Amino acid sequence: MNTETPAHLDGNAAAGALREVFAVDLTTAAGRCENCGRTVVLAEARLYTRAPGLVGRCPGCEAVLFRVVRGPDRTWLDLRGLTCIEVSLPDA
Amino acid sequence: MARAAVLGRLTWRVGTVRAVRDETPTARTLVLDVPGWPGHEAGQHVDVRLTAADGYTAVRSYSLANAPDADRVELTVQQVPDGEVSPYLTQALAVGDPLEIRGPVGGWFVWRPGQPEPVQLVAGGSGIVPLMAMVRAHGTSGGRAPMRLLYSVRDPASALYRAELADRAASDGGPEVTYAYTRAAPPGWPRTPGRIDADLLAAATWPPEAGPSCYVCGPTGFVERVADLLVAAGHEPTRIRTERFGPSGGSP
Repeated sequence: MNTETPAHLDGNAAAGALREVFAVDLTTAAGRCENCGRTVVLAEARLYTRAPGLVGRCPGCEAVLFRVVRGPDRTWLDLRGLTCIEVSLPDA
Repeated sequence: MARAAVLGRLTWRVGTVRAVRDETPTARTLVLDVPGWPGHEAGQHVDVRLTAADGYTAVRSYSLANAPDADRVELTVQQVPDGEVSPYLTQALAVGDPLEIRGPVGGWFVWRPGQPEPVQLVAGGSGIVPLMAMVRAHGTSGGRAPMRLLYSVRDPASALYRAELADRAASDGGPEVTYAYTRAAPPGWPRTPGRIDADLLAAATWPPEAGPSCYVCGPTGFVERVADLLVAAGHEPTRIRTERFGPSGGSP
């Protein structure tokens, strides 16, 4: 992967920004799109990186699933388009 | 869904360039020593952060090129014209220099040597990098899963890892490697240069009945075209994993 000035990438490219906030790899989580109801593995979201931050959109309907903006010493996370996130957490 | 282990907080680490290897005139591999590196899986990537003297930072993602390794990280970087980060990594960075990275991250586009099913890799241009990590992991693990690679490049000179792929393809149990040339083929090549199409796909990849896991990496347009061809050929969409790196790396 080589992310110079792309149109859109995969949600996978948000793995680092999300792992700063969550203790699990959120890119392997399954999220439900509020707009179309489709279940999306977040790694397969369409990730736009030209905004001030990262914008993940549904690969089915293009609705915004999440936005991540990193600033000095803080992160803003907007999960407006996800009604549910399912994360695999084996009972270790 | 892939397993999601509970992980510690992701922090930046300072690696040191131990060696650089020129792969093509416009791509090179950085070999980094990274103290405390937790290891990785084939297909994962890292974020690289460059900081200018005035504090401006740029972060980019690069796939890990080497097989999982406890203390070493290899990134192969293709120089992008007018890029903000890749010219520095491919031209200015020298042995002994520090480089900030964090990772590994991304557990979706990953191949694990324990997976028993056949593996189909399809690379466009520098999209070969995470797939090369899978080829190498397959080799070092003595993986029994049969593996095929279809690698689309503009011309022979722009293919990454050509010698190593030839060696691995010739070794016992190594991957079957097929090149697809889009602009210029070697003398005597049987196929007219052009993009991967349904015929080539049928000739060079596992049929759907073999139940392969497919990994496709390259520029966005390439990935979407190949994924569509695989689905049209009868592959289960859920068995196709894709990674796009945007259109700017040039068409493979």
